Amino acid sequence: MAEIVLDRISKRFEDGFEAVKGMDLDIADGEFMILVGPSGCGKSTALRMIAGLEDITDGELRIGDRVVNQVAPRDRDIAMVFQNYALYPHMTVRENMAFPLKLAGASKEEIDGKVSEAARILDLGQHLDRKPANLSGGQRQRVAMGRAIVRDPKAFLMDEPLSNLDAKLRVQMRTEVARIQSRLGTTTVYVTHDQTEAMTLGDRVAVMRAGVLQQVGAPAELYGNPVNLFVAGFIGSPAMNFMPGRLDGETVHLPMGDVRLAGDARERAAGAQSGQHVIAGIRPESFEDASLVSGDVRDRGFSFRTKIDLVESLGAEKYAYFQVEESAVESEELRELAEDAGTAEVPGAQEGQVVARLESASRVERGEEAELWLDTSKLHFFDPENGRSLAAG
Amino acid sequence: MRRGTREYAYWSITILLVLAFAMLPVLWIVSLSLKTPESVTDGSFIPHHWTLDNYNALFQGGFTNGPFLHPLVNSIAIALISTAIAITLAAFAAYAIARLDFPGKTVILAGALAIAMFPAISTVGPLFDMWRSIGLYNTYPGLIIPYLTFSLPLAIYVLVAFYREIPWDLEQAAQVDGATPLQAFRKVILPLAAPGTFTAAILVFIFCWNDFLFAITLTSSNSSRTVPAALAFFTGPSQFTAPTGNIAAAAVIITVPIIIFVMIFQRRIVAGLTAGAVKG
Repeated sequence: MAEIVLDRISKRFEDGFEAVKGMDLDIADGEFMILVGPSGCGKSTALRMIAGLEDITDGELRIGDRVVNQVAPRDRDIAMVFQNYALYPHMTVRENMAFPLKLAGASKEEIDGKVSEAARILDLGQHLDRKPANLSGGQRQRVAMGRAIVRDPKAFLMDEPLSNLDAKLRVQMRTEVARIQSRLGTTTVYVTHDQTEAMTLGDRVAVMRAGVLQQVGAPAELYGNPVNLFVAGFIGSPAMNFMPGRLDGETVHLPMGDVRLAGDARERAAGAQSGQHVIAGIRPESFEDASLVSGDVRDRGFSFRTKIDLVESLGAEKYAYFQVEESAVESEELRELAEDAGTAEVPGAQEGQVVARLESASRVERGEEAELWLDTSKLHFFDPENGRSLAAG
Repeated sequence: MRRGTREYAYWSITILLVLAFAMLPVLWIVSLSLKTPESVTDGSFIPHHWTLDNYNALFQGGFTNGPFLHPLVNSIAIALISTAIAITLAAFAAYAIARLDFPGKTVILAGALAIAMFPAISTVGPLFDMWRSIGLYNTYPGLIIPYLTFSLPLAIYVLVAFYREIPWDLEQAAQVDGATPLQAFRKVILPLAAPGTFTAAILVFIFCWNDFLFAITLTSSNSSRTVPAALAFFTGPSQFTAPTGNIAAAAVIITVPIIIFVMIFQRRIVAGLTAGAVKG
């Protein structure tokens, strides 16, 4: 076990493309760190540099006090789980898991002991003598995990290990990964593009965009206090709604009406000048069906009427979509988020459409006018010039 | 179903025709090898008098004085040694070409291809002179070296194609698991490339086994002459009889190892050995 320190790490490929730009990241001993971002943001490259599979162009990488820039992967004492598992097809499950131990020159008893222990943890006992080709996706994934844990390495590196599983299995394995990590207490770096995995698994989450680290923090912090538009839009599902607004003292002029700020929202607007144009961010869960909000709470928020375009009922909750006017928000970061989500080419997907997450008891109907309530303490504000949060400091 | 039956009949007939076309000369040789010298030219497919004399004659005189046994041993030894060296060298070369980016990579590949296409006949003259002056004439290495020249490019090409099919992740997994590059190659890549290695080995072996041009030019005695060349020196029972039966018998004998060789290894040349490595 060891801490991993990335000190101004950069990666420039031969064709001049800079995949990772001056990345600083301290991963504490035993910490579960998630690298998350849209595809092509450099998160996998960063992980592969930690593994030693990719040369470091610039900067210093330390694993447990030792600078490892020039150390071969095999001497870094790390284990990696690959996106496609990379199991050795000519070896049985047992041989696959024993491979790193054999290379390390462990005795036969030690190998047997550790492999059976790993097989027990991962529930692979009855599959030990089968070949990977005869295993299901979930089982292969577990073998890949097993091969990583038998060695008791300084750190686990996982490159989107769950992305090849179907949705149900993914949720199952997610819990499994969290359980194993907390049981072994091994420093873990986990790469994913799935913000749900990032939020549920990590002690801390590092959000990356275009090779640059955007924000590092506990999941709740990223959710509650995103430092810029990109993090705000990336974390949370459904994504945060953005609309133009103008701050005027403690009031913000939004397309829905003039809203008086309350609680935390005041601090989040502290960095703005009076009269400044801003991009306001509102999470879908900050809305509620006004009829379901009791009187005194209702007075603390802002109620407005709007026509509901579409209602999606998920059983436990409802998503209500409505339009706001004059709400074309222009931002490079938002465009990138939209492209990554695949909605960039869908007409109207980003233009003034707002989604509200309502309780399932809500009676809003498609095409009807409804009264919605907005929690005015939960607004976020961003500078339209550079996308940064307008929170003080 | 009618259409299926017709298609089946069509394919059966076509395959039979192709088989007959390919097999008739072989069967004809077998038939010749079983005929007596007098009936060799009688033109009948099935010998009137069956005899194994032609085969017995080949082995008369044994290793030292016989016309056939020593060349047979030479053929086997030279082909096996050439194959072993060619495959070992080609495995490393192909691995480097498939995996590494180094200057001159395309030149090497192009050069290999050019050499493989080079007409062998234009090299035998110079080789004959060179080998005589440096003492390689009529030796094993004297044949093995030109065989390697022409079989290495072939082996490299086959192996590069196979190595490229193996997911790179496997090798990186092995490296992270603690393997040196050589261990990763030996324990992960090589076992997975086995079908390719066997394919290349068979092609190289057959090339060396079949060669006549180098064998006839660069050897002068049975101490290193291979069977294809030795056949040309067979003599009949008398000055006026052609050794047709003996040549046919020898041809049958040298065909058998090839058939066995291919039969053994074709089972290993199966696709899908890498199934299960990565999610497809």
